[in-house]
Amino acid sequence: MESNIRGLAYVVGDAIDTDQIIPAEHLVYSLQKPDERRLYGRFAMSGVPVQVQGLPEGHIPFTEPDKYESKFTFVIGGTNFGCGSSREHAPFALTEAGAKVVIAESYARIFYRNTIDGGFVVPFEAIEKINDQICTGDDLELDTRLGQLTNHTTGKEYLLKPLGDVAEILSAGNVFEYARKNGLIALSDEKH
Amino acid sequence: MTITEKVIARHCGRSRVVPGESVWVDVDILMTHDVCGPPTIDIFKREFGEDAKVWDPEKLVILPDHYIFTQNHHANRNVRLLRAFAEEHNLPHYYDVGTPRYKGVCHMALAEEGFNRPGSLLIGTDSHTCTSGAFGMFSTGVGNTDAALIMGTGKIWLRVPETMRFIFEGVLPPYLMAKDLILAVIGDIGCDGATYRAMEFDGESVYSLSMQERMTLTNMAIEAGGKNGIIGPDETTIEYVRARTDAPFECVYSDEDARFHSEYRYDVSTLEPVVAKPHRPDNRASVVEVAGIRLDRAYVGSCTGGKLEDFQAAAQVMKGQEVVIDTYIVPATTEISNALRTTTLDGTTLWDVFIEAGCKMGQASCAACLGGPPDTFGRMQGSEVVISTTNRNFPGRMGSKQASVYLASPLTVAASALNGVITDPREVFV
Repeated sequence: MESNIRGLAYVVGDAIDTDQIIPAEHLVYSLQKPDERRLYGRFAMSGVPVQVQGLPEGHIPFTEPDKYESKFTFVIGGTNFGCGSSREHAPFALTEAGAKVVIAESYARIFYRNTIDGGFVVPFEAIEKINDQICTGDDLELDTRLGQLTNHTTGKEYLLKPLGDVAEILSAGNVFEYARKNGLIALSDEKH
Repeated sequence: MTITEKVIARHCGRSRVVPGESVWVDVDILMTHDVCGPPTIDIFKREFGEDAKVWDPEKLVILPDHYIFTQNHHANRNVRLLRAFAEEHNLPHYYDVGTPRYKGVCHMALAEEGFNRPGSLLIGTDSHTCTSGAFGMFSTGVGNTDAALIMGTGKIWLRVPETMRFIFEGVLPPYLMAKDLILAVIGDIGCDGATYRAMEFDGESVYSLSMQERMTLTNMAIEAGGKNGIIGPDETTIEYVRARTDAPFECVYSDEDARFHSEYRYDVSTLEPVVAKPHRPDNRASVVEVAGIRLDRAYVGSCTGGKLEDFQAAAQVMKGQEVVIDTYIVPATTEISNALRTTTLDGTTLWDVFIEAGCKMGQASCAACLGGPPDTFGRMQGSEVVISTTNRNFPGRMGSKQASVYLASPLTVAASALNGVITDPREVFV
């Protein structure tokens, strides 16, 4: 995980379920083949109703039509981000689009777990409600070690919750690396 | 300890675990399907090598069910990938599309094929894997990465959840179903009211329910954010399991002095038929409050509301009458589909009841519950207003983002299909 991340904010509301993060009709593409996996970046967040895509104004797509990468580095959500379906395609799609961090008041369990174990976007929890204080397009900077978020557009600063015991998996890279480091799975000859 | 804590303790070789600690457990059954199976296999091969062996082929169950009856070539390719993997690893529990072994919706198939056994621990790449908890076992949904780790090692880390207890007492009136009970719970605690926690269902009303109805309760634990739903086993459970498998199992129960995070009590005789209004499963209203809202469609199907008893309930309402809106009937599994043709109501098969009522009959699969490819049976394509026995109504869940989905019991959905507006099942009950 990078110690310092700077980029633009993309803001959404509460209870963004994984069907909104990546609609079910797109789950058919390969997550490996380069010409198909980039489609996850193209359709990331495309299930969010247009009037609430990119708050507060809305009507701002996360990924521009016909593009495969988003210009937004931070996804800012509210409560219960990532609820619903267990599809790991959701954090994969955000990562494939180029997002690095999600900051939400709270997460649904499976989405949170998938981001950590798969080594995708890093899920930080906000201490207070922030999706009504940050606007889509704001210039954000995050010190990931201190959990300190700076909004350069408004000048406001926010302290985020510590990552807790999942930090070990995050620093290992993903759950496989963590399991290998801790002797929980044998090292594979070929790869490691 | 609670039943959830006991099952986890037994699977990490400990006599005791406490909520909050993380433990590595041995998995009894790993289930995957056509949407998450292929990417899980990719990760498995990436991490363990192209020639790696599955940790235990007897414990891996692969049930294609999501995108089956579609022309989408990517979806069809996913089924071919599963087929090739099952052949390569000689997997005994692969239920291939286009063969007599094909089952349909994984959570119902796990029950029918005897993979749900009291005291066991089952992990699936689907959020509704919590359904299996109706059999007094621990079951939860995970992503592809966790499933790939299990595929190679048989292990997963779990944080031991606190348990919330929901006690249902009293006699369930004939116009209510388990769906009304769980929608009431989710309405009370919210879509994140049980996040990170186990939901244990208890009380005389729960134990008066069939296994099919109990599965409706545990199925929707995830809609309250629950890690797992669970019901202690009883004679009904044991009878169902013994009829489906010879495999040994051991029943475990919550201790008298088990510590619960919280306790909720319901007198079911005082509850009313309810719906979840668009666009959240916790957006509860009594059917009385929303009666008369105009509908374009009705849908009976999915792991939540596509079981035989769901169709028996719907048929009871529709028998001898005609629906006035497009009404889709999608049995969860082939076993249920066959049962529609053999189970009768006053001498007419359920299949014929639905045909005579003017319903559209689908093939066993997840179908439009989660939208899926555009040619999916029953999928929403525009701004339809639908009442459905399925489990989620977030924007776009059943296809089109413009559609509005009301979740309800099969009785309420059937009554509404007859009138074209949301209708209280008590109005049409004879």
